[in-house]
Amino acid sequence: MTTPAPAEEHQIPKINRDLLAPLVTTHWSYFLLVGALACLVAAGAGAWSYQFRTGIGRTNLHPPVFWGVYIASFIFWVGASHSGTFISGVLRLTKAEWRRPITRIAELMTSISLMIATLFVFYHLGRVWRWYYLIPYPNQREIWPNFRSPLMWDAMAVFTYATASTIYLYLPLIPDFALMRDRIEGWRKPLYRALSLGWQGTQQQWQVLETAMRIITPLIVMVMVSVHSIVGWDFGVSLVPAWHSTIFAPYFVVGAVHSGVGLVVIGMYVLRKIYHLEDYIGREHFDKMGKLLLLTTLGLAYLYFAELLTIWYGNIPDHRWVVDALLTGAFAGPFWFMVGCIYVIPLITLTLPAFRHWPLGVMFIGLLINIGMYIERVLLIVPPLAYPRLPFNWDSYAPSWVEMTIVVGSLALAVLLYVLAVKFVPIISIWEEKEGLVHGGRQQ
Amino acid sequence: MSEHKEEPQDGRPYKWEMVIDLDRCTGCEACVVACHAENNIRISGEQEAADGRAINWIRIERYWEGEYPNVKARFMPVLCQHCGNAPCEPVCPVYASYHTPDGLNAQVYNRCIGVRYCGNNCPYTVRQFNWFDPHWDAPLAEQLNPDVTVRQNGIMEKCTFCVQRIRQGKEQAEKEGRRVRDGEVVPACVQSCPTSALLFGDRNDPTSRVSQSAASDRGFHLLEELGTHPAITYLKRLP
Repeated sequence: MTTPAPAEEHQIPKINRDLLAPLVTTHWSYFLLVGALACLVAAGAGAWSYQFRTGIGRTNLHPPVFWGVYIASFIFWVGASHSGTFISGVLRLTKAEWRRPITRIAELMTSISLMIATLFVFYHLGRVWRWYYLIPYPNQREIWPNFRSPLMWDAMAVFTYATASTIYLYLPLIPDFALMRDRIEGWRKPLYRALSLGWQGTQQQWQVLETAMRIITPLIVMVMVSVHSIVGWDFGVSLVPAWHSTIFAPYFVVGAVHSGVGLVVIGMYVLRKIYHLEDYIGREHFDKMGKLLLLTTLGLAYLYFAELLTIWYGNIPDHRWVVDALLTGAFAGPFWFMVGCIYVIPLITLTLPAFRHWPLGVMFIGLLINIGMYIERVLLIVPPLAYPRLPFNWDSYAPSWVEMTIVVGSLALAVLLYVLAVKFVPIISIWEEKEGLVHGGRQQ
Repeated sequence: MSEHKEEPQDGRPYKWEMVIDLDRCTGCEACVVACHAENNIRISGEQEAADGRAINWIRIERYWEGEYPNVKARFMPVLCQHCGNAPCEPVCPVYASYHTPDGLNAQVYNRCIGVRYCGNNCPYTVRQFNWFDPHWDAPLAEQLNPDVTVRQNGIMEKCTFCVQRIRQGKEQAEKEGRRVRDGEVVPACVQSCPTSALLFGDRNDPTSRVSQSAASDRGFHLLEELGTHPAITYLKRLP
């Protein structure tokens, strides 16, 4: 790494001090938050064990709606995991300087979201104690999983993505682990020593690290696109009316980025507020993220419109029933609320430059988008299933208290893991901030 | 898996099919009751039925035709169509839904892990799920059929064309060195239909009653346009 010019040198101790502060000082309210989250997680775990012991009937699922909020949540969390890869991967690839304070926030979200998404697969299985039938392991009966099933593609895609994104999170952490190994005493020190893999910051080590990151960054962006395409194909390749559509793969990818970027904005706002990171995450970052959200809003609205128009105009009864139920029928309430949350309100507000420079406002839009996208995922699953081709079987579905408790408990678990992670890794990549001094990316 | 061909003596495989004559169906649901008794189908109770979870392998779909007061009820028995090109089969990640050599669409209970994709992808909505462990009020538990597995919590099930009866008939025929005779094997629903609206037999035998009826002008397949190649031929109601 190039030595910074003398003018910037005085900033280095400040960066170290500011960005290590969350790891060494803890406010009493932190413990309160951890306690509250742990209670919610315990409630979720209790609900799951109740469902486990008595049966999947504790959900409100019934024919013809065999999939409900567990699968919707799975899509939501896989989508949320796109935050990290998109923000961090694409911006690193395009060498966008403003990415520096945001990449770590986003990458942590990716890894944690994927863990939560995986949990939902287990909540969903009818006989979860036989989950290992999904693994291709040699067995006496010589039975393999069915690789023609989209669910197998999905399992492998998520596994690949989880592995790759963990490496992607870990690589840029190595220099920071080394820094903390040298500066933080106590129980974490041996962990940091092990995790920093003997990092000394030699020229050769930097070269190896940068080469590794140059290789994995484009790869992870491709994996990201493929993962959510495959999640889309879980639905797209089926025969179910209004699922069977070629638009599902690209639609899922853009939708995932939409909610993922929204989630990063929330994280940025909250962490900036609590740890006083205004010097690092500035208004211009919210402006840039706002522009990204505008882009995904328009992209998603375009795809959604194309899908609805095609079905509506084509007027094939099986498909039309579903669209009518959304536009004017039983699901019209949540549908129009969702349209407001993810398209209309972001479009009206984020087009105004003044609004994009208002962190609280942009955070609020991120929140709306995520609420809307969750509803969107439920609406993507339930109405097509509720209107099967033989109308005798039409029915509806709303989640039970067990399902809701598990969904809320898992959200709490995601937040809890994030809150704990903040005490273990710097939420802004310290060495990349310093590198930014040299590259002139960070404006003071 | 070892190659397992189930062929009768003369080398010609069986192809089990059904014909349902809608003109003969009165909607009496005797088939539904017989199926419950034969196949150890769980007793769901009032609450589960209200929740839409009552399990029936065969159901009578009732549609109303015309405007009041000239309304007519139309009945259509719907059961697993044992599709030749079944949408439920490729989507199962563990091969629990699988095609037997004699054309049956089988569900392997002890392989199923309950992802329920098959249930979504079946255009006929005939697949049923065990939301809880089954139970039978006394003395019903005393009359379970010993030839049929009781399905546990968390797995899919559906009509098997009374595979236990087919197996028995085939073994008997094999012992005697002949093909299964027409009418020798009948599922419980066919056996109990008072108007003989349901017929069952080997479609590979051109002289069987099922083959002859299926060739009728009135014949059609349910949701034929999906290309699932159902093994059940419906005969249109006469005007």
